[in-house]
Amino acid sequence: MTARTLYEKLWDSHLVHEAADGTALVYIDRHLVHEVTSPQAYEGLRLANRKPWRVDSIVATADHNTPTRRWDRGIAGIEDPVSRLQVETLDANIKEHGAKIYFPYLDRQQGIVHVIGPEQGATLPGMTLVCGDSHTSTHGALGCLAFGIGTSEVEHVLATQCLVMKKSKTMKIEVEGALGAGVTAKDIILAVIGKIGSAGGTGYTIEFSGSAIRALSMEGRMTVCNMSIEAGARAGMVAVDEATLQYVKGRPLSPKGALWDRAVAHWRTLVSDPGAKFDKVVALDAAEIQPQVTWGTNPQMVTTIDGKVPDPKDEQDPVKREWIERALKYMDLKANMPITEIRPDKVFIGACTNSRIEDLRSAAAVVKGRQVAPGVKLAIVVPGSGLVKRQAEEEGLDKVFTAAGFEWREPGCSMCLGMNDDLLSPGDRCASTSNRNFEGRQGPGGRTHLVSPAMAAAAAIAGHFVDVRNF
Amino acid sequence: MEKFVKQEGLVAPMDRANVDTDAVIPKQYLKSILKTGYGPNLFDEWRYLDHGEPGMDHSKRPVNPDFVLNQPRYRGATVLLARENFGCGSSREHAPWALLQYGFQAVIAPSFADIFYNNSLKNGLLLIKLDAQTVDRLMKDVHANKGYRLAVDLEQQTVTTPAGEHIKFDIDPATKVNLLNGLDEIGLTLRHADEIKAFEARHKQEQPWLFS
Repeated sequence: MTARTLYEKLWDSHLVHEAADGTALVYIDRHLVHEVTSPQAYEGLRLANRKPWRVDSIVATADHNTPTRRWDRGIAGIEDPVSRLQVETLDANIKEHGAKIYFPYLDRQQGIVHVIGPEQGATLPGMTLVCGDSHTSTHGALGCLAFGIGTSEVEHVLATQCLVMKKSKTMKIEVEGALGAGVTAKDIILAVIGKIGSAGGTGYTIEFSGSAIRALSMEGRMTVCNMSIEAGARAGMVAVDEATLQYVKGRPLSPKGALWDRAVAHWRTLVSDPGAKFDKVVALDAAEIQPQVTWGTNPQMVTTIDGKVPDPKDEQDPVKREWIERALKYMDLKANMPITEIRPDKVFIGACTNSRIEDLRSAAAVVKGRQVAPGVKLAIVVPGSGLVKRQAEEEGLDKVFTAAGFEWREPGCSMCLGMNDDLLSPGDRCASTSNRNFEGRQGPGGRTHLVSPAMAAAAAIAGHFVDVRNF
Repeated sequence: MEKFVKQEGLVAPMDRANVDTDAVIPKQYLKSILKTGYGPNLFDEWRYLDHGEPGMDHSKRPVNPDFVLNQPRYRGATVLLARENFGCGSSREHAPWALLQYGFQAVIAPSFADIFYNNSLKNGLLLIKLDAQTVDRLMKDVHANKGYRLAVDLEQQTVTTPAGEHIKFDIDPATKVNLLNGLDEIGLTLRHADEIKAFEARHKQEQPWLFS
């Protein structure tokens, strides 16, 4: 039998039908649903008089619109009536159609859909998993095929349990060697995006491999896979190993007993075979990766903490030069300015990229016993889920943050995209652990610098970006 | 899915690379539970001088006269000419909804982000990939010639310039058939319902933990 990549194994094991031209029907095991991209899909079902194909494939939560303060106010705490209606519409749709699990707003296990999937064992190795959200790539860290879809496709999966797809190309990103102290999964993925560009992975599924990836915790692997989409790839994945099995074991929806043993036997095969061919291979040396900071309005606009804001004059291509000029103007940055001179007004630690327990521990370790700099107007920590929040509180991390001047919030997507009231004001500059630095992403006129949790914490304390390794 | 067969219309240039879907339709409009009403908020942050929110009367808001779509010469454009990696970022299908509801029928660019590409075709918004050099040439022509129009013919897979030049483009044959006929993709998939059920039964035998 020919050597296959992990992607090809997952593809083959979910293929329902393949036409002569390669158009395929692919079976979907897990469908994650949230309030923003599902109402029109459920409405479409209703209009066509259709029902969900397999209700127990659905795991739902409200995360984008939900406030991160004053949960004691209940649903009235969602002050924007348009947001509230969207959250209530999800409630109504799940009530009408059902779901395997649903964590509504205010539930103690509610959280960002990409945090609660793995946490609940709703994400398992070997699955196909989709969600109407581009950061669904996160779940590939568990050795599954996970990718974001639009609302038409959400409706398609609801109605048929399948998607119409063509096989993607495959890219292997090998990160070999050991990361330096203070360098994290976030720095790996930002360095990857800096290297291949924000469209470098378009048309590909990425498998992250190499000793530096295997050395990451599952949380770290999720951070890496999360931002596959920022490199243009719908899906990113990491092969199953002992760390994967350890992570999955004992979670609410994970298999138990004899079924667990059977599953593990299958999951151990979820690696790319030796000699499997990838359409493209990219290699990075982990030892060379430095803490990263984005300076522009696209995740590809990234440099190292000891770097400078680029000079558009150095760019030969006129389209790219114009792109850099526009970004510097929007970001209000001068060419050749050292990154360490950039001073954030706000700091956001959270989002599906970096809101898991390991992220909070890493930020807290930097913050402990120190104070948020006077120039920083707001520093917030938004845990990825209710369970992450409680674990952090058991470890006393909340106290570390609040003693330093951070606000400790309720879980949700929050200031990653500001669909709730956690927004940057025009002109605000934010050190953010989220995934997108697009114009207006965190609020109209807001300026985002993407960094790791440790780098965001260090910037909050120093009042400017600083190399966390010397901090 | 809406049909797409032919379109002949005014071209507007979006002369910047990596236009993301946050720019195409900002987050505050994603709170709607409807599929319609997004046209006035296409490129909202670039298009207006004030900050927009759902429920506003957008016709009364101050427009940014420098933004390309606000220039009178591009009023009524139905073809958008864009640069590399158009539609990157968020999976929001509100982006193609906003483009269509504004009046665009087709977008031409050297490359598109994957999710945006799928979302657009499922709504009958035709995305045409032409090589970067051709796009660059067309971009210059659009800027230089007021009232510049292009004709798009999906059946023939051509973009035709005012000078009569036919530029061929590629499209997946199955997608082309769906677009030409405006087929209901869910209906098509459900023709395979027995196969899906058979697969599901087999899959459940092989990996029962996926169903527990």
